[in-house]
Amino acid sequence: MKNDNVKLRIRFDKHGKIRFTSHRDVARIWERTLRRASLPVAYSEGFSPRPKLSFGLALSTGHESDAEYLDIELDPDRTDLAMDLESLATELSGHLPVGMHVTDMAFVDRRTPSLQESVTSCIWQIDVIDVDADTVACAVARALAAEDLVVTRERKGKQVTDDLRPLVLSLDVIGPIEADDTGTVAGVRLLAELGTQPRAVRVAELLAALDPPLTERRVVRLHQWITNDDTAERSDPLSAAASPAPAGAM
Amino acid sequence: MNSLWPQLEPLLPHVQKPARYIGCEDGMQTPTHGPGIVSWLLTYPDTYEIGLPNQGLQILYEIINERPDGAAERSYAPWTDMEAVIRRERIPLFSVDTHRAGGDFDIIAFNLSAELTYTNLVNCIDLAGVPIHSSHRADSDPLIGVGGHCTYNPEPIADFVDFVVLGDGEEAVGDITELVREWKVAGKNSGTREGLLRELSKLPGVYVPSMYEVEYDGAFLAGVTPRYADVPATIEKRTVADLGEWPYPKNQLVPMTEVVHDRLSVEVFRGCTRGCRFCQAGMITRPVRERPAEQVSRMISEGLQRTGYDEVALTSLSTADFSGIEGVVKHAVSDKGTDQISVALPSLRVDAFTVGIAAEIQRARRTGLTFAPEAGSWRMRQVINKLIREEDLYGAVESAFSQGWRRMKLYFLTGLPTETDEDTLGIAELARNCVKLGKTHKSSASVTVSVGGFVPKPFTPFQWFGQNTESELQRKIGLLRDDTRRSKGVQLKWHDPKATLAEGITSRGDRRLGPVIEYVWRNGGTFQEWSEHFSYELWLEGMAANDCDVDWYVHRHRTEDEVLPWDHLSAGLHKDFLWQDWRDALDELGLEDCRWTPCYDCGACTGYGIEHRVASATPPAGGSQGTGVDLSTGGSVPVVLQPRPKIDAGAVGS
Ligand code: SF4
Repeated sequence: MKNDNVKLRIRFDKHGKIRFTSHRDVARIWERTLRRASLPVAYSEGFSPRPKLSFGLALSTGHESDAEYLDIELDPDRTDLAMDLESLATELSGHLPVGMHVTDMAFVDRRTPSLQESVTSCIWQIDVIDVDADTVACAVARALAAEDLVVTRERKGKQVTDDLRPLVLSLDVIGPIEADDTGTVAGVRLLAELGTQPRAVRVAELLAALDPPLTERRVVRLHQWITNDDTAERSDPLSAAASPAPAGAM
Repeated sequence: MNSLWPQLEPLLPHVQKPARYIGCEDGMQTPTHGPGIVSWLLTYPDTYEIGLPNQGLQILYEIINERPDGAAERSYAPWTDMEAVIRRERIPLFSVDTHRAGGDFDIIAFNLSAELTYTNLVNCIDLAGVPIHSSHRADSDPLIGVGGHCTYNPEPIADFVDFVVLGDGEEAVGDITELVREWKVAGKNSGTREGLLRELSKLPGVYVPSMYEVEYDGAFLAGVTPRYADVPATIEKRTVADLGEWPYPKNQLVPMTEVVHDRLSVEVFRGCTRGCRFCQAGMITRPVRERPAEQVSRMISEGLQRTGYDEVALTSLSTADFSGIEGVVKHAVSDKGTDQISVALPSLRVDAFTVGIAAEIQRARRTGLTFAPEAGSWRMRQVINKLIREEDLYGAVESAFSQGWRRMKLYFLTGLPTETDEDTLGIAELARNCVKLGKTHKSSASVTVSVGGFVPKPFTPFQWFGQNTESELQRKIGLLRDDTRRSKGVQLKWHDPKATLAEGITSRGDRRLGPVIEYVWRNGGTFQEWSEHFSYELWLEGMAANDCDVDWYVHRHRTEDEVLPWDHLSAGLHKDFLWQDWRDALDELGLEDCRWTPCYDCGACTGYGIEHRVASATPPAGGSQGTGVDLSTGGSVPVVLQPRPKIDAGAVGS
């Protein structure tokens, strides 16, 4: 069967209590949200048809985000390409739980590579606690100066070793932070750009690999970037995929 | 705001499934608390995943919050890892709505749907910082209330609770709120708790165990009698006469994390008069009260739109008995089509009509179908009054396989009264025959047989029956294992007979079991419903340590004149009706469904001046289970009808 579905790419955030939901939970939240908004989502064929949604890199349970992405395939016959995406974003945000909002969306070419394949790095704001700023600065300097940052992890029951160093694209100490009433507690703030290809480095892995290991408190994904191999230019998944006009999707 | 959230939040990254503790459900309320407002913490004493979908709790949550003088929040038993964390950090049991401490509520009310949650009940009371024994509570402590099916014999937990609600809670919570508000406004002064409890005990459907004296005659119970003249001698259950007046929940809670029944639920009727003799739910919820079909349809379409769910379950006992079933099902799937909306009927009758309904709603997803014949032989099914003939079952199974289903699940009980090995082995025979039927359609056809040990329950005709021992149940399961070992396509699953024994201890016990439950709890025996936490040894030790004889409590047949621990409570059913039904069972006599035949005067309607509310005067098509109507295979129903003998009231001693 020919696939001429229309693809809608959405960026959303996730803050507050809802951050304790898992990646799978978020997928179910979206399925319900889209049905409530009566969006003409395309369904898979077969025994138990599923709505065609595809999510980007999983966010660890407990982490917050300003930059989560989701691709939705819509039935072309029932989709109005001229629809007002701004009011749709408002409507979807109204159906999402407290703490989640749609921050941007656009039609993209249906041949756009998936988020999983195309995102190359993420920017993380990492607050670490129970440690002073000097210790953090030393740990960071040591990691950046090191030739490798080897971690072992279990994969399908086997121990595998990985070098994280090439995937630590940047790591900066922003400085000490004070507690405030938005949920921030006193600690030291880091900013990191971590690569996602061939696999995404998790924040917890990085902190555990530092010397001394650091304890995370509040972690926020600020951006996801797609770097163009040839031009080395960075763009976010919405602008990278933005088709010249919705017509490109038809 | 006395929210514990700031303390909880840093701990959540360290526990499994933290979304259990955040609330945030769609439909969650943020009630206001205040001096003139009675606050209820509605608690389900098992995990969030199991407790959240509980409809009873959700109904009361809305009803209380709609009252200007009521505020309700919810809580669930924290999993063992979370319990360890909050005990270490000295954080009490909390609500998931606004994360308030359990001890800040006026009432902590538990839904008790399974006896094995009793140790969790005690644990939650303790976690809330409330003394576990009602007699040790101070005036300012929250009142501990319980409701739900288990409370038809609340005696084993009588020491731990302040009040019990029998039957439907919709109206009772209002009455309780009013009394508690007066007491709260007056300042909950020292020495006034006893007076409040006494007032509560006079409300219809409310039982206050501490207002009653228990007397024994040796090992036997001599009676449970009121300590004061104004406290009623018998407590009658509450019954909502017209379900149409209670279209709840109006805003079913949609959890943000996965729960056991992650779908919309619409209760289509309450009560059941099929008269299955092992089934406590059927007996205690009589009479049948249907929700008007248009209301059901409206609740389905509005509910699906509001929640975004793609599945709706129509809940009741034996759902195909709903007189508007076909219309409701057609309407439910007509809006969006069966590829996008599925309808679940968790409780199904065994017949071809039912398969027809299932075909209507599972056009797309014909994976599995579940039937509950309950017993393996016709003789046995007459004893338990589950009048499904072999032809009905095979007709249903044939029609299901021919319409594309490939898997069938069959539920059975073993350890039933008068059961012989032949009856037990009949289960395997039935299953093999079903597989044979399936193979003519699909070579991969399979049947899963699920066998549970029978636990006699209060207010059923089997309440006098001595439960099979653990070893006897093991032996019967062994018989079935041996017999099905070489039966291709038959998969046998069974419930642990040790857990069946523990359930037997608590289901018909008296107040002497309080210390046993406390023993199991003190020794770490929480989450007894979970096989990885269930401890058979703790229950046996607890019984021995408190001089309670397992054999006497569980395996002994009771006699007609014995005072039963729940005799001072009433589900409306006359004891002589139940006794006669017990005798009929032993004589293998079936009893028709009273919805469509003359009344047997069991007491459920007659005693309360209410009646069945069904939309149709004729039985639903295809129901041969004692309805006297048979559309599935033709022929008359071999039910032996017994003219009800006049019972000599003196002779039954009630
Ligand atoms: S009182 Fe009569 S009609 Fe009502 S449930 Fe009992 S037997 Fe049936």
